Amino acid sequence: MNNTVGSSSQRRSLWQIFRTPFWVGVLSAVGLVSALLGDGWMDAVSWIGLAIPVVLCARYTWGRTDS
Amino acid sequence: MNVKLWFLVHKWTSIICTAFLLLLCITGLPLIFSEEIEHELGDQVTAPPMPEDTPHTSLDRVAEAARAQRPGEHIRFMFWDNDHHPNQVLVLMAESMDAPPDANSGVVVDSRTALVLDEPKLDEGLMYILFKLHVDLFAGLPGMLFLGFMGLLFAVAVISGVVLYTPFMRKLDFGTVRKHRSTRLKWLDLHNLLGVVTLVWALVVGVTGTINTLSQIVVAIWQQDQMAEMTAAYQDLPPPQQIGSVQRAREAALAAVPDMNLSLIAWPGSQFSSPHHYTVFLHGNTPVTSRLLQPALVDAVTGELTDTREMPWYVKTLFLSQPLHFGDYGGMPLKIIWALLDIITIIVLGSGLYLWLGRGSTVSRPVDEIESGGLAEGNIT
Repeated sequence: MNNTVGSSSQRRSLWQIFRTPFWVGVLSAVGLVSALLGDGWMDAVSWIGLAIPVVLCARYTWGRTDS
Repeated sequence: MNVKLWFLVHKWTSIICTAFLLLLCITGLPLIFSEEIEHELGDQVTAPPMPEDTPHTSLDRVAEAARAQRPGEHIRFMFWDNDHHPNQVLVLMAESMDAPPDANSGVVVDSRTALVLDEPKLDEGLMYILFKLHVDLFAGLPGMLFLGFMGLLFAVAVISGVVLYTPFMRKLDFGTVRKHRSTRLKWLDLHNLLGVVTLVWALVVGVTGTINTLSQIVVAIWQQDQMAEMTAAYQDLPPPQQIGSVQRAREAALAAVPDMNLSLIAWPGSQFSSPHHYTVFLHGNTPVTSRLLQPALVDAVTGELTDTREMPWYVKTLFLSQPLHFGDYGGMPLKIIWALLDIITIIVLGSGLYLWLGRGSTVSRPVDEIESGGLAEGNIT
């Protein structure tokens, strides 16, 4: 989702830097609130929203080597 | 502010709070599962099976049973928890009504038969030690407020960390982890990555934790504010010599707020009540309203309802901060995710500590490191 931003020597804009963290943050926030507002599928939304940061941590910690 | 100043903010807030945050994260990990752990350890009784529609007995009998179990002690609270402990009432008693808030003994009574089921030890065991370390370092209100302040420093450290993420990532793709250049560079990359993706969760858990440390203050303000307003007519009366039936108080409260369930009853003269009232706290049925307790004050002598109001905003904020800190509102999957995020936060704290310990003695090196995305001289070994 983020490897398309050009060569590693190019300066990135604020949006390029924070695009992924921003959406992860939005999904985390949705996850934090969802299970408070309802049960059933709203619990599942919470699990997905808050699992995303965990999955990203695992993927980039173990999943890739130096670029 | 420039990078150097933000770096100093990040460094100093982190240095002060990291040791305590590590303690909070480590003790908090088992506390996420305290319900399950206590269940496994067999520390919790269950009421014996009886037909589903067995009626609940009068609370006056429950109160009598508790007093007979611990003669000479005074009842301060009765608690219900239908989800986890159906058909049970936890009665909290103390040597006197104005004993310290945590100087309680507990008696668990079957709410159908008024038989005593258990006298749980409230202040021993590993979970109790972890709980106290997490909440107040065994230092009461000052310890609690101190940890609250550490939570605030943590929030500042997180925000300044995000600011420093910007120059660091100028020339790097999201998710860059350079594993083979040097150990320091690998941990610097991981510190940035893990920190930025868990940012919102860490901020919310940190800030709600700080709000929870203010609970005693919030209750005291509520006493002075809404509770004082509701009991204004009683202000100049001496405390009653004899108090009446708690069962009548329960009935009066449930009649006044029909769609809610019992959460706890605070006895006249206890921390959450007035000398003249049973305060019956009720909760709703949705995940949110089950956290937002509503007090109904019942005259302890006449058994008539005095007043019932929604809690003011600052108490509601406290109530909603509790689930957002504990992670106990979305079933076991949410608890597991909470634990994983907690572990990631421990890694962020630990790697921050490692980066600081291995920093060298100047400020310029880490700042160069941040501004160059970790490629400053000395990193490539």
